[in-house]
Amino acid sequence: MAMSEALPTAAQPARDKAPARWQDFVQLMKPRVMSLVVFTGLTGLVCADAPVNPVLGAVAILCIAVGAGASGALNMWYDADIDAKMRRTRGRPVPAGRVQGADALALGVVLSMFSVMLMGMALNWLAAGLLAFTIFFYAVVYTVWLKRWTAQNIVIGGLAGALPPVIGWAAASGTVPLNAWLLCGIIFMWTPPHFWALSLYTSEDYEKAGVPMMPLVAGAASTRRQILIYSLLFAPLCLAPAFTGLGGPAYLAAAALGGLVFVLLAVRLQRSQAGDAGAQRKDDGLYGVRAGARDARNLFAFSILYLTLLFATLLVEHLMAVKPLELL
Amino acid sequence: MSDPANESPVDAKARRGRNIALALGLVLFVVLVFVVTIVRLGANVAPPF
Repeated sequence: MAMSEALPTAAQPARDKAPARWQDFVQLMKPRVMSLVVFTGLTGLVCADAPVNPVLGAVAILCIAVGAGASGALNMWYDADIDAKMRRTRGRPVPAGRVQGADALALGVVLSMFSVMLMGMALNWLAAGLLAFTIFFYAVVYTVWLKRWTAQNIVIGGLAGALPPVIGWAAASGTVPLNAWLLCGIIFMWTPPHFWALSLYTSEDYEKAGVPMMPLVAGAASTRRQILIYSLLFAPLCLAPAFTGLGGPAYLAAAALGGLVFVLLAVRLQRSQAGDAGAQRKDDGLYGVRAGARDARNLFAFSILYLTLLFATLLVEHLMAVKPLELL
Repeated sequence: MSDPANESPVDAKARRGRNIALALGLVLFVVLVFVVTIVRLGANVAPPF
């Protein structure tokens, strides 16, 4: 079990190690993930088109961000043993010995309670319940159960990353209609091509840690084929908001053009040798790309750009329709 | 946690930073609850202008 390996390291007296700084506790909350979650949560909140007091709207976004931070801290507590084995994660505060595992656990639990309670009191209990479920799903269902057990870990676990727009929508309106779930579905279907493209050129790390990522379990060729299948399902789904009243003409144009590029990159990746054994690593950087795996990196990079573009377009379209005085 | 009586200057500086960050976090939370209370009271009690 992870704890039996993680706690002795984390519990060691850290006399020979750097002391924990407050910045280490910020790092436990995965600030980059928090920024993405804030963006998608804000999009959900604005797209609800419900009059919400700006102060309460800001509190809702803060609760979503802190809830995501709590999930990150719980994840870093539980995964300290495998984080120590991976190049990408071994500098994190717990495996590096700067923060004790118990402190990361306490931070995660306290922030979870604060964020859920404040969301319930300030906005509504539907949003608070969804936030609590999201934290539970990421910290327990994904981190403790799925991540080390199945190659479908990021497919099912992707639900946790897909829920913030639904929480934002619920916070603003107290309801979660079909359009809210559409935003959730877009992120959910985006997750497998995004992470599998990354894992095609970082699978060495996952292999060392024993995490059953798809390229290690099913092989690179199968992973590339599955990326293409998900991309072919994902691109049309991105068009759907334009036909349900959620997105306007700008969104339709961005979704159609971007979706086309996404599928083309997935086709190129499927035809490439990305992730195949025998290719030599070209450089030693964190995301050093194996020869022939540039197509995987291209899809990975474009997937971030495309999702950002989709949500930014929706955000701008709905913000342009807001009448500020009606919010007060 | 290190013993405050025997800690090095580096440890003391780190502890002071953690304490200040914790204090700021708690103050922010109190202010936030106060502001939320006022806003929600305003929406439910005071007539709209």
